[in-house]
Amino acid sequence: MMRIPNLPESFTSKHAAKGWPLGLAGVALLIIGSFLSWSYDSNILGDLSFILYPGGLQILAIIGAVIGLLLLLIVKGPLADRFGPWLDAALGIRALGVWMLAYMVLVLVAITTESTGLINVDPGGWVSFVGALLLFLAGRFIPLREHRDLSRAKVPGWAEVLAVAIVMAAVLFGAAFALGREDAWSFILFLVFAGGIAAMMIRSGLLTWFGHVSQRQKKVLTLSAFLVAFLFPFTQSGSDANMSIATQVLVFAATAMGLNIVVGLAGLLDLGYIAFLGSGAYVAATMSQSAFATIGWKPPFLVVVLVGACVAALLGLVIGSPTLRVSGDYLAIVTLGFGEIFRFAMFNLDGNNGPNLTNGPNGIPGIPDLQIGGFNFGDEHTVAGIDLGRFSNYYFLLLILIGGVILVFSRLNNSRIGRGWVAIREDEKAAEAMGVNVFGLKLLAFAVGAFLAGLAGTIKAHQDGAVSPDQYMFLESAFLLAAIVLGGMGTIAGVLLGATILKLLPEKLRFFSEYRLLLFGLLLVLMMRVRPEGLVASKRRQLEFHEDDEELAVAVESDLVGETK
Amino acid sequence: MTVTEEVRNAVPADAQVVLEASGVTMRFGGLLAVNDVNLTVREGEIVGLIGPNGAGKTTFFNCLTGLYKPTSGQVRFAGQPLAPKPRAVVKAGMARTFQNIRLFANMTALENVMVGRYCRTSSGALTSVLRGPKFRREERATRARAQELLEFVGLGKSSEHLARNMPYGDQRRLEIARALATDPKLILLDEPTAGMNPQETRQASDLIFKIRDSGLSVVVIEHDMRFIFNLCDRVLCLVRGEALIEGTPAEVQSDPRVIEAYIGTGEGDDEDEDEVDVEQAHVQDTTVSEQQEEGR
Repeated sequence: MMRIPNLPESFTSKHAAKGWPLGLAGVALLIIGSFLSWSYDSNILGDLSFILYPGGLQILAIIGAVIGLLLLLIVKGPLADRFGPWLDAALGIRALGVWMLAYMVLVLVAITTESTGLINVDPGGWVSFVGALLLFLAGRFIPLREHRDLSRAKVPGWAEVLAVAIVMAAVLFGAAFALGREDAWSFILFLVFAGGIAAMMIRSGLLTWFGHVSQRQKKVLTLSAFLVAFLFPFTQSGSDANMSIATQVLVFAATAMGLNIVVGLAGLLDLGYIAFLGSGAYVAATMSQSAFATIGWKPPFLVVVLVGACVAALLGLVIGSPTLRVSGDYLAIVTLGFGEIFRFAMFNLDGNNGPNLTNGPNGIPGIPDLQIGGFNFGDEHTVAGIDLGRFSNYYFLLLILIGGVILVFSRLNNSRIGRGWVAIREDEKAAEAMGVNVFGLKLLAFAVGAFLAGLAGTIKAHQDGAVSPDQYMFLESAFLLAAIVLGGMGTIAGVLLGATILKLLPEKLRFFSEYRLLLFGLLLVLMMRVRPEGLVASKRRQLEFHEDDEELAVAVESDLVGETK
Repeated sequence: MTVTEEVRNAVPADAQVVLEASGVTMRFGGLLAVNDVNLTVREGEIVGLIGPNGAGKTTFFNCLTGLYKPTSGQVRFAGQPLAPKPRAVVKAGMARTFQNIRLFANMTALENVMVGRYCRTSSGALTSVLRGPKFRREERATRARAQELLEFVGLGKSSEHLARNMPYGDQRRLEIARALATDPKLILLDEPTAGMNPQETRQASDLIFKIRDSGLSVVVIEHDMRFIFNLCDRVLCLVRGEALIEGTPAEVQSDPRVIEAYIGTGEGDDEDEDEVDVEQAHVQDTTVSEQQEEGR
C-alpha cells in the first residue's frame, strides 16, 4: 500500500482543533458540489451536467460524504459515546479522505480526457474537489487515538441484523450499479469508490466488527446473501446483457467453489480442473436435442445432470487414483497434462480418428434451451412488472447450483472428513500415523470436486448453446485457480469475491483485455507478496501462511475461544 | 534381587501377548539400521527401549508402526500378522507419538485429538453433507471423547488453544492424547520426556503409569535412565541396530556391555553426546541401586 507521510507532529498538534470543522466543511462542499453540474459535456460519464439532479457518480460522492459526516460525528458529537470507544473513526476519516480525494481527482481527469479538456469541468466539479481536499486535510489533522476495543462494541441483536442487511443491500446496489456503468471510466471510478469504502471499513475496525457479527449471525448473513443474489435480476429491468455476464460469473464461481474443495480444503494442486467442467458440458451437449448431438438417447435433463456429474467424477477417480499416491508437484503436472489431453480428445473425436462423439473442432452448436417439466428456460417472464429474460432463468438455476455447492463445501469442511483434510495439509505423515486415510480422502476431494464441476458443466452447455474444445483451455483452469488464490483459499466468501472480480473486470474493462493476463499476473504476484492468504482469509490458512507470526496465532486463538463461549 | 523383581514386574507371565515382533530387520542401502530384533510386549506391561544415539530405536518404532516396511521380519499384533501400513497398524490398536513433536500445529488441541478419532468413526462424505442423526451422534461422541482424553492427560482447560501456541510439555501430552484417541491396546512413546525438566518428567511418568493402569501396554524410547528404570517392567537395549540385552531394569543396568555401549570403546564418532549419557547412566546407576537397597 502507498503510505502518505504524516505531517510533522508540532504542526498537527497545533491544528488538531481545526481538523473537525475542516472535515465538516469538506463534507458540506462535497455534497453541495455534487448537486451542481460537474461536467459541461452531457455525453460523458453517464451525464453529470444537471443541477439539483445528481448523476450516478455524483451520488457516489454524496454517499462518501455522508459516511464522512457519520465518522466526524463519531470523533466528536452525538455518536461519540456509542461508537467512539470501539471504532477508530479518525483513522477511518483518514482513509476515506485519501480515497475520496483520489476519486475526485480521477473524476476531473476523466472529464478532461473524455471531453475536450479541463475547460469542461463545471464549477460543481471544482466545489466537490475542494470538499474532498478538505476532507483529506481533516483526516491529516484530526488526532489519532490508536486504540480501539471491539469488546466494548455493545450492539443489540437487531442492530447487528440491520448491519448485515445494510451491507447486503450495499452489495446488491453496488453490483447493479457497477454492471450498469457502460463506459470504462465510470467503472474505474466506481472501483475507486468501493476501494475507499473498503479502506475506511478496514482502518476504522468496522470490517473486523462485521466479521464478528457475521460469525454470530451466520444464518441471517447466508439468507440475506441469497436473498440479495435472488433479487439481483429484478434490478436489471430486463437487460439481458448484464444478466449474461452475471450468469457467466455464477458458472465461474460455482466451478471455482468446486475447485476450492480440492485446492482449499484438501490442499491438492489441480491444474486441469476445467476438463471436469468440460466433460459435464460435453455429456449434456451430446445428449441434447441439438441436431449435431451424437448420442441418440435423450433422457430428461435431470438424468443428464446426473450422468454428466458422474462421468466427471469417474474421470476424477481415473486421473486421481494413480497420481494421488505421489505428492505435490507431480499431481500438478499430471492434472495439467490431463486438462490438455481432454481438450485434444474432444478435438479429435470427430469420426476421422475413432468414433464421432464431439464433432471435433466444430463442437456441438445449436443446443436448445433447457426444458425442465413444462418450464422452458428460453422463455421470458414478467414478474411484478419486471421483465426477466432468458439469462435470468439460468441465473436462478445457477443460484440453486451454487447454493448446493456451498452447502457441500461447508458441510464437508465441518466434519470428520474436513478435519482429515486439514490434518493432511498440516502433516501428511503424522495424519497417516494417526490412522487418517490419506489416499482415500485425497481421492474423495478429487471426485467430489469433479462431480460438482460436471454438474455445472451440464448447465453451462445449455446456457451457452454450444460446446467446443477451445472453451476448455489450460488458461481457464489457471483463471479458476487465480480466483481462489486471489479471494482466499478455503473460504466461501473469498472465492465468490475472487471469481466475481476475475470474471467481471475483463467484461467491463474491455480496453485492457489485451493486457488482461499481464495485469492478472501482476495482481497475483502482488497478492503473494502482500497478502498470500487472499482477500478474505480463512483463519487456518492465514496461520499456515504466517508460520512465524506469534501475534497472529494468539489473536486467532482468542477468536476461537471467543466463538465457543 | 528376586524380591525386587516381583515387586516391579506386576505383569503375570501368562498375560496375553499384545505385540510380538520377530526378526525385524531394516536395511537402508548398505546401512543395517535394525538387525534381527525381537520384542514381545504383554498386556499391561511397560517396556523400555534404550540405546545410544543412532542405535536404531526410532527406526525400529517406524518398522513396527508401518511407516517403514521392514526388509525382513514379522510383526504380530494380538496374534494376527500386521501389515506394514500405518492405517492397518492404528486400526489393529497400536498408536504412537513422535520424537520431534508432530502435532497439527494450526488446529486446536481438541481438533488434534478429534483427528485421532478418525479411524474409529465412519461418517462418509454423503452422511456429512446430509447431516443425518447418525452424523450428529457420532460428531457429538467424538467431541466428548476428545475432551475426555484431554482431561485424562491434564489438558482439559486448553482444548481451544492452538497446538502451536501450547507450551512444550503440553504439546507432548497433547500428542499422547491424540494417540490415545485411536483406542489403542499398545502405545509407543518416542522420547516422551525429551527436553523436559525434572518436574515435568515426573508428571510424564505418572501419566504413563496412568495409561498402563487403564489397561494399555506401553513401549517407551528414552535416554533418561532414571526415568526408564523407574518406569519399566522390562528394558530392551539396542546398540548399532542389534538387541544387546533384554531384561528387568536391574539386569540391564548392571550389565557391563550396556555401560560399555554408552561409554563406547573409543571408536564412536559422536562422543560428546555419548559422554553425557555415560555420566547420566552412572549417576542413575547408583541412585537406582540405592533405591533398591532401601527397598530391600
